[in-house]
Amino acid sequence: MIEVKDLTKTYRVHKRAPGVAAALRSVLRRRYEDVKAVEGLSFRIADGERVGFLGPNGAGKTTTLKVLAGLLHPTAGEVRVGGFVPQTRDATFLRMITLVMGQKQQLLWDLPPSETYAMNRAIYDVPRADADATVKELVELLEIGDLVDKPTRQLSLGERMKCELVAALLHKPRVLFLDEPTIGLDVAMQAKMREFIRDYNERHGASVLLTSHYMDDVVALCPRVIVIDHGKLIYDGDLKELVRRVRPDKRVTMRLSQPAPVDKLAALGTVVSVEGAKIVLSVPSARLSSVVRDALAALPVADLTIEDPPLEEVMRELFRGPTDEARVVGVRAGA
Amino acid sequence: MTVAAVEPPRGARGLRHVVRAFPTLLRVGFAEIIAYRAEFLVWVLTTNMPLVMLAIWRAVAADGPVGRFDQTQFTAYFLAVLIVRLLTSTWVIWQMSMEIRDGTLAAKLLRPIHPLVAYAAEHLAAVPMRALVVSPIVGVLVWVAHDRLALGDPRLLAIFLLSLLGAWLLIYFTMVVVGALAFFVDSALGVFDLWIAIHAIFSGYLIPLESLPSWIRGAAAVLPFRFMLGFPVEVVVGLLDPAAAARQLAVQWGYVVVLASVALMVWRAGVRRFQAFGG
Repeated sequence: MIEVKDLTKTYRVHKRAPGVAAALRSVLRRRYEDVKAVEGLSFRIADGERVGFLGPNGAGKTTTLKVLAGLLHPTAGEVRVGGFVPQTRDATFLRMITLVMGQKQQLLWDLPPSETYAMNRAIYDVPRADADATVKELVELLEIGDLVDKPTRQLSLGERMKCELVAALLHKPRVLFLDEPTIGLDVAMQAKMREFIRDYNERHGASVLLTSHYMDDVVALCPRVIVIDHGKLIYDGDLKELVRRVRPDKRVTMRLSQPAPVDKLAALGTVVSVEGAKIVLSVPSARLSSVVRDALAALPVADLTIEDPPLEEVMRELFRGPTDEARVVGVRAGA
Repeated sequence: MTVAAVEPPRGARGLRHVVRAFPTLLRVGFAEIIAYRAEFLVWVLTTNMPLVMLAIWRAVAADGPVGRFDQTQFTAYFLAVLIVRLLTSTWVIWQMSMEIRDGTLAAKLLRPIHPLVAYAAEHLAAVPMRALVVSPIVGVLVWVAHDRLALGDPRLLAIFLLSLLGAWLLIYFTMVVVGALAFFVDSALGVFDLWIAIHAIFSGYLIPLESLPSWIRGAAAVLPFRFMLGFPVEVVVGLLDPAAAARQLAVQWGYVVVLASVALMVWRAGVRRFQAFGG
């Protein structure tokens, strides 16, 4: 469905030092600098896949999404989405995709979302009965029946984001590019959005490429992740495998029926936190079974859970590495 | 025997799609104008220069006609200027300039309809409200100068209506060309200020072109500015006979084709440079 080969995108940026003198100099002679936002990026995404697209700020994620959606022309490389070259912005291609940017909106600000839906129905040439059925279904799923007739400017951020999603999906796209779709939403709303995106993907077999700074979004939605930094690919593959490679330790969380001495805990593994009766330890995977056995034998354990370290920590660890090359931790075969 | 369904060519499909979508785009555009009605009315009412010129030129003509223009003709001319100006002006240059700079143009580029069609629908949707504002001025014009107007001749009336549409399209495509400069430079609005100054002289906005020196009239005859304002005004106030008006209508629509082509070229070149900032 999505094929990216050696994608490079360079921006030409006007450079100017602060101050009046620099401003005057820039009138006579403007200095430009080429900034490589994406460099030699390659990957493939199949029909119906949900893929997380991760990287620190400025890594080139949004630039890549904009290239894939046909908004930006690549400087070099080849991109195909559903067989189309995105930047030609063929009408059939545009009907196949949607790009949701959490910080941008397509809803008409002073009109109710229902007017944007009517406009999109006409623009995407969706038969009225189909559009009405889709809007009804999405409105029910997102529980926004009482919002679609209120002016957009009167809606809260979360309400607007849900209405935005209906507008973005009205034409039933087969490819969803989601750039921070849960930004600014509260925890309950984020969970609802994730559930909705997963449901849409499963029911329509749509491919999803998602960027988010909320790692919970990625964990909940994306079995596969593509990680980039400074515009270059540093990992493409299974999310669990990435976690295992970067942080091969496990988190053991125990709830004790009575307090235990810290030295006893430290003997089991690295103590991450102690909050009353709740203890969190970091334990190398190889020692996990023996540590669990020893803990159950030596401590008054009421409850014990084993988890991977939080993805936020994995990412922090990954981006702390010295050079781009040294941080390339794995690329999926065939990408 | 089976007959294979013949797919219409891509261009024809696109046109059919635009024709189907256009009424909804106009309706939504009109709803937006209603939402911004106060701002819209204030903006419309700031177009008062023709009334100032009307007062000045009536005073000049008080001692005797200036060429073919007596006081009534000046009144008819400048009221018609006001009407044509209000019906044909758009603000697409400001909108494009802003949307290119802050990246909101991205939403239009993601839709399967050409952004220039979407902009055109948004701006044409303002015409009914403008017509409402203009209707009392039309009443005054008919009352003051009914015997000078070309409304009785169906040929001139038809030419006038086509010239109004032509003027709207010329202004729209010129604004698109200037607005699209925002793809290439930091702000295109300075260029537009220059355009307004030239337009004011060569379009007949401040002075009827036939009252100007011959070299300006000669330049105005070959430049497109007159066809954006002066030409429809001259038709409706009876300054042109049907044959001359028809010839000049052909020239006006020739300019429409040229400017539409230039606008599309600049647009296509600009979109390649679009950086979709923000977000």
